[in-house]
Amino acid sequence: MAHPAAATTQYNYDIIKKFAVMALVWGLLGMSAGTYIAAELAFPFLNFDIAEITFGRLRPVHTTLVIFGFGGSALFATSYYVVQRTSQARLASDMMANLTFWGWQLSVLVGVIGYMNGISEGKEYAEFPWYVDLLITVTWVLYFLVFVLTLRRRSQPHIYVANWFYLAFILATAILHIFRNLSVPVGLFNTTSYSLYSGVQDAMVQWWYGHNAVGFFLTAAFLGMMYYFVPKQAGRPIYSYRLSIIHFWALAFMYMWVGGHHLHWTALPDWTSSLAAAFSILLLLPSWGGMINGIMTLSGAWEKLRTDPIMLFLITSLSFYGMSTFEGPMMSLKSVNALSHYTDWTIGHVHSGALGWVAMISFGSFYHLIPRLWETRLYSVRLVYVHFWLATIGIVLYIASMWVSGIGQGLMLRAFDDYGNLAYTFIESVVFMHWPLVVRMIGGMFFVSGVVVMAFNVLMTVRMAKIEQAALEAKIAAKLAKAGV
Amino acid sequence: MLEWLSKMEHTKPLALVIFVVVFVGILLYVFTGKKRSKRLESYKNIPFLDDESAGESGGEQKDKGSQDG
Repeated sequence: MAHPAAATTQYNYDIIKKFAVMALVWGLLGMSAGTYIAAELAFPFLNFDIAEITFGRLRPVHTTLVIFGFGGSALFATSYYVVQRTSQARLASDMMANLTFWGWQLSVLVGVIGYMNGISEGKEYAEFPWYVDLLITVTWVLYFLVFVLTLRRRSQPHIYVANWFYLAFILATAILHIFRNLSVPVGLFNTTSYSLYSGVQDAMVQWWYGHNAVGFFLTAAFLGMMYYFVPKQAGRPIYSYRLSIIHFWALAFMYMWVGGHHLHWTALPDWTSSLAAAFSILLLLPSWGGMINGIMTLSGAWEKLRTDPIMLFLITSLSFYGMSTFEGPMMSLKSVNALSHYTDWTIGHVHSGALGWVAMISFGSFYHLIPRLWETRLYSVRLVYVHFWLATIGIVLYIASMWVSGIGQGLMLRAFDDYGNLAYTFIESVVFMHWPLVVRMIGGMFFVSGVVVMAFNVLMTVRMAKIEQAALEAKIAAKLAKAGV
Repeated sequence: MLEWLSKMEHTKPLALVIFVVVFVGILLYVFTGKKRSKRLESYKNIPFLDDESAGESGGEQKDKGSQDG
């Protein structure tokens, strides 16, 4: 048994299992949708003139499924696990935890069905219509209560740092969600609503929301995951606890300021986007501090990278975290941004963070977590290696092709001839992008194949656990019968 | 005072001073004092406190093996 049996009864593992399974289901669907729309961009006939599957409608389906469906469910699962294990206390309320599960899954489902039917608020990563926004708000308040009340029941005087990151994510997401979605519905039975913001204010609020969704949902929370699962899998404590404290406060302080860097060279006041760029550069320090803290946890045990594929996932994810948190500040510089913005470079950057950091740390954590939840061992370690290489090759193809496409696109769109005319027509840039877009699609296929392998491995692990459990029960029953009880 | 605070050219540097002082305070708190440093570093072991056996920690997957080895 990989996990003490007492833990499975002491803690609420049922809710974690449900979220973990749904994370994989949404992840598979969302990443498949992403690969399909990548194919649509390379081969537009794949739209088939069917409105529901055109790029415009499937794109929010992809982002919602991977960020909120996969990422959100993974965060619910791991945060419920980490808060229980580090507090040595059961979740405060099983009922409330169950409500967070159904509330979250329903929100994602209603949201994506709506997008395919053209129901969207049109705000990037906040496309949910007003009634789903309300459902998310209720779910999130319950999540906050479950988490905080569990922390209050802890048997430790100190709250472990991973929980700080999770709590910052819960609080910041609540603020972001509420203020981004302030709107007035047209009617009780109408899906349309009008935002309270307009013009450049709306853009400012949008990117305050958008970048902090990256900062707190896709970074801080997954750092919480890192601060628990990297030490656990490595079998040694985090390199420096004091560095983790500085990492936390520096991120919490700086992230809120950087959204304006998405709006360089726009109607936004110049000082605002310059300030955002300055904070973006400063963010490099805590980001790399955190990365070094995670990677150095393996100090003195580097051989684990040769022998443990789960460790390979976790450490590679930290390397991608370091890469994308270097690339991001660089792209926030106004001169670089003038080239990179509105090009595929941005898409490549987002995916080096989303696939390399967020997805890889989640996969590593799940490979650690799932055998413990079902009290068994992984069906196949070899398949974990297969998944790792499929994912890594997929990411490299994706990022490299988007660099080529994005930088080429940027250079072509701002090239002038000797007379001051544009050197290239728009369609020439589209033609140039075709092959990089094909390679990106292939990269996506590699990545999705890896997730299929993982889903199979998890399915077989759970099946194996059930068979083992049944065999154990039969053995006990036979012994009891033999003893004449 | 309120009028002074309502002007952006006042509140921006004020906010900067407050945040920098607080952050430097956190830095000093975390990295000074031998006893405090020792106490803070001891918290890194919390994830391992509810392990009931040594095998619970990392690398266990490899040690226990799997179906395909």
